[in-house]
Amino acid sequence: MAHFEKAKNLNEWLDQRLAVNTLKKVMQTEYWIPKDINFLWAMGMVLAATFGMLLVSGIFLLMYYKPDTNLAFDSVNYTIMSEVGYGWLWRHIHGVGASLVFLIIYIHMFTGIYYGSYKKGRELIWLSGMGLFVAFSAEAFSGYMLPWGQMSYWAGMVITNLFSGGSLEAYGLVEWIRGDYVPADAFLTRFFMLHVLLLPLAIIGLIVLHFGTLRIPHVNNQEGEEFDYAESAELYKAGKVKESKVIPFSPVFLSKDVFVMGVYFLLFFYLVFYHFEFAMDPVNFDPADGLKTPAHIYPEWYFLWSYEILRPFSKDLGLIAFAIAQVIFFMLPFLDRSPNVAPASRRGLFKYWFWAMLIDVIVLTFMGKLPPTDALFATIGLISAVLFFVLWIALPFITKSEKKL
Amino acid sequence: MKELKIFGIVAIFTLVLYWGVEPFAHSQMHKHIESNNFVYTGAADIEEAEAAKDEKRAAKKKAFWTDVAKVAKIKGNVAAGETAFATCMGCHTGLPINMGGVIPPALDHAGALYDKNYLIALIKDPAMASNVDHKYADTTTHPMGSIKMMMSDDQQIADVVAYIMAKKAGEVTTKEAFSEACGRCHAMRYAKTSQLGDTPTFKYKKDELAHKIKVIEEQDAVKAYMGKLPPDLSIIIRARGHHFMETFVENPQGQLLGTSMPRTGLTHEGYEKVKTYLEEVGDPSKPAREELGPKVLLFFFVFTGLAFLWKKSMWKGHH
Amino acid sequence: MGKDVKGRRDFIGMALGGFTAIVGGIPALYAMKRSWDPLPSVKAAGFTTVDLSGAQENVLNVEKWRGKPIFVLKKSKDMKTDPRDVIVGKDHFHVSIGLCTHLGCIPAYIPNDHKFKCACHGGEFDASGHQIFGPPPSPLEIPPFKVDGTKLVLGEAGPEYKKMLDDGLTV
Repeated sequence: MAHFEKAKNLNEWLDQRLAVNTLKKVMQTEYWIPKDINFLWAMGMVLAATFGMLLVSGIFLLMYYKPDTNLAFDSVNYTIMSEVGYGWLWRHIHGVGASLVFLIIYIHMFTGIYYGSYKKGRELIWLSGMGLFVAFSAEAFSGYMLPWGQMSYWAGMVITNLFSGGSLEAYGLVEWIRGDYVPADAFLTRFFMLHVLLLPLAIIGLIVLHFGTLRIPHVNNQEGEEFDYAESAELYKAGKVKESKVIPFSPVFLSKDVFVMGVYFLLFFYLVFYHFEFAMDPVNFDPADGLKTPAHIYPEWYFLWSYEILRPFSKDLGLIAFAIAQVIFFMLPFLDRSPNVAPASRRGLFKYWFWAMLIDVIVLTFMGKLPPTDALFATIGLISAVLFFVLWIALPFITKSEKKL
Repeated sequence: MKELKIFGIVAIFTLVLYWGVEPFAHSQMHKHIESNNFVYTGAADIEEAEAAKDEKRAAKKKAFWTDVAKVAKIKGNVAAGETAFATCMGCHTGLPINMGGVIPPALDHAGALYDKNYLIALIKDPAMASNVDHKYADTTTHPMGSIKMMMSDDQQIADVVAYIMAKKAGEVTTKEAFSEACGRCHAMRYAKTSQLGDTPTFKYKKDELAHKIKVIEEQDAVKAYMGKLPPDLSIIIRARGHHFMETFVENPQGQLLGTSMPRTGLTHEGYEKVKTYLEEVGDPSKPAREELGPKVLLFFFVFTGLAFLWKKSMWKGHH
Repeated sequence: MGKDVKGRRDFIGMALGGFTAIVGGIPALYAMKRSWDPLPSVKAAGFTTVDLSGAQENVLNVEKWRGKPIFVLKKSKDMKTDPRDVIVGKDHFHVSIGLCTHLGCIPAYIPNDHKFKCACHGGEFDASGHQIFGPPPSPLEIPPFKVDGTKLVLGEAGPEYKKMLDDGLTV
C-alpha cells in the first residue's frame, strides 16, 4: 500500500486519497474554454441543468406512479395531481422540461451547424451529441406512454406499427416489441422500464462521453479560429487575461452559464406555472381506449418534422424517407466536404443551405401537426419533405466547391 | 450588442415555431363555434336543420320555438304552478331511480340553474328542447315525452315555469349544480360520485360490492339508452378547452353532430357553477399554482440579477 | 521462446473471449430476446375460437378478440347473402370487428331492420357490414379467421379470409 502522511486538513486528506486538487485543476480551473463565445455556448450547461430538473422531478413522480394499465392513468391524474404534496409541481416540471429540453437541443444542434463545430477533429462531439438526441427522443417517447391516456395509447400504437416495415408486414416484430397484439400491460411495463432505468443510464453514459469528446479538440469559438491553447493558457495563468484567448471553465465560463441559466429558468418556470398546456396535450387527459381513435393523432412538437417526412409519400417510400431522416444528421461531418471551420455567414453557399435547412425543418414541423386532409397543407408538406432530401444531397457538392478561407 | 442580435434571432424563431404548432395548428384542427351566451331561442337548431337541407325538420323547429316564445310572454301564476308541479314530482323525486333509460334529474334548484325559455320548451317537447329529436321517430317516446299529453295548456306551462323560477331557485353550491345538471349520466370518480350519487363508505366488502353492482346496472341502463356510457367527467376540464366546454354544453349538436348528449339548458350562471366544480375536482392545484408561481419567478429574478453581477465581476478585464 | 509464449497467451486470450461471446453471450442474448416475447397467456388470448353450431338466426353474438368486440351474426333465410359472408356448412354468417369505421364506437344490432346502428353519430350498416347511412367511410372490417368444422378461429388467416383480402372486401 502507498504511504500516507497525516493530513493537516480535510482538503489535504481528500487530496491524498482522491487527488481532488488535480481533479479540480483538470476539470475546472485549468479546463480552458475559448473567450470568443456568445450565450449560445451556454446551451450545453442549460441542457445539463434541464436534465437535472427532469431527473429530480422524475424521482418524485416515480414514488407514486403505478405502471399498470388499470392504475396508471389515475395514479398520475388523481394521486400525483391532487393528493401528493406538490405532486402537480413535479409533473408540470417534468412535462414542461421534456418539451424545453428539445427546444434547447435543437438550438444547440443548429448552433453547432452554424459555427461548423463538427469539423475535422470534432466529429465525435457531433456523433455523441446526435446519440444523445436519439436517446432523448426514445426517453421522451417512452415517457409519453406512461400516463396511459388516449395520446399515449394511440401514439404507442402508431409508432410501434412503423416497425412492421410497410410491405414487409413484419407484424411479428411489432408484436415482439409490444409484448402483445395491441399496446397493453406488457407494453406499458416495458416502456416504464426503459423510461426510468435503461434510457436514463444510456443518457448519463452519453453525457459523460459527450463531455469527454470535447477535451482534446477543445470547444469551438465564434470565428472558428485555431490557436495554441497551451500558449494562451500560460498567458492567462501569468495574469494577462486580456491578451489570452482562453478562460477557465470555472469560475469564468461558468459565471456566464449561470446567468444564462437564470434567464432560461425564468422562462421555464413561467411555463410551469402559467402556460403548461402546450406541453401536456389535452387529448391525453382522456383515458386510453383501444376502441376509440381520437380525431387527430399527432406526436409532440419536437417529432413533427420527421413525422411529416413520413406522411406525404406512399407507405413504403414514406417509411424509407422517415428512416433516412432519423439518421441523416449523424452524417453531417462526412457530407460537409469543406475544411473551413467558420460561421455559416462566411461560408458562401453554405450560408443559404443553413437557413434553408432551418426554415424547412420549421415548415415541416408546422405541417406535421395539421390535418393531412387539407390539399394545400399536404402539398406544402410534400414540397418541404422533398426539399429536405434535396438539401442533403446538395450538401457535399456545395461544400466541395466552397472557397478555402 | 451582437449577442443581443443573436438572442433576438433565436427568440423570433422560437416564437414562430410556437405559433405554428400551437395557436395556428389548433385553429386549423377545430371548427369554430360561436357561443350564444346561453340564450335558448332555437336559432342554432333551425340553422342546423337548414344546413342539413332538411326543410321539414327546419319548419317543425321554427314552429316549435315560435310557440315557446309565445308561452314565454304569458305571465305565470306561481300558486297555480305549485299545484301543477305535483305532476312533475311523480318522476322528479330526487331519488336515483332509473325511468326509461335515465334517472330523472332532481329539480331542487332548477330555477337557479336552467333558462326560463328552455324550461318552457322542455315541457312542450323534451326531445325538441334538448335537440335530440333526431333520435326519435316520435318524440313522445323520449323518456319524458309523455309530458306533452300531461301538460298541454300554455297557461299551465307558464305557471309551472313561474313556480320553478320563483320557488325552486335559491343558493346552489357548485357540487349541487353539477349533480343536478350532469350527475345522473356522468360519473366523477375523482369526487367519488357515480350515476347513483355520492359513493358511501362501507364497513363490509359485501355491501361495497352490492353497491358496485347497482352502479354497474345503472351504467348499463344509461349505456343502452345513450349508445355508450357518457364519459367520466373527473378531469374533463383539462381534456377539453373552455370554449369547447361552453359551446358544447349550450348545444352539443353544434360540436358533435348526431351525439346523443342532450342540451341541458343551463344559464350562464348555472354553467359557471358547474365549471367551477369541474375545476375544483379536475384541476385542484390551481390555487396552489397561483400562490407559488409569483414567488418562484421572483426567486429567479433575484437569482438572475445576482448571477449577472457575478458574471460581470468574473469577466472584468477579460476584454 | 518469448515469441512462443506471447502467441500462446494471445491464443488463450482470444479463445477465452470467443468462448465467452459465443457460448455465453449468444444464449444470454437469446434469453433476453425471449423475455420480450409476448407471454403464452397473451398469445393464447390472441386466438378466439367460436363454436357456431349453436348459433341462432338473426341474433347477434358479440365475442372478444384482442381487445376488440367481434360481431358474429347467423343470417336467416330471408336475409341477403353477400360475398363477405362466412359460409359454414349451408349457413351464412356475418363476422366483423364491431367498431364503427367512423370513430370506433360499437354499433348496436336492430334485429327487426336487419341492420347495425351506431348511437354515437348515427352511422348505419346492413347485416353484411356495408355502410348504408351516415358518416362511416367504409364497411365494417373483417378480422382474420379460419373455418374449422363448425368452429371459427379468430386471429388465424384461413383461405376464405385471404380470398376476401385479395378481392378487396376488407382491409
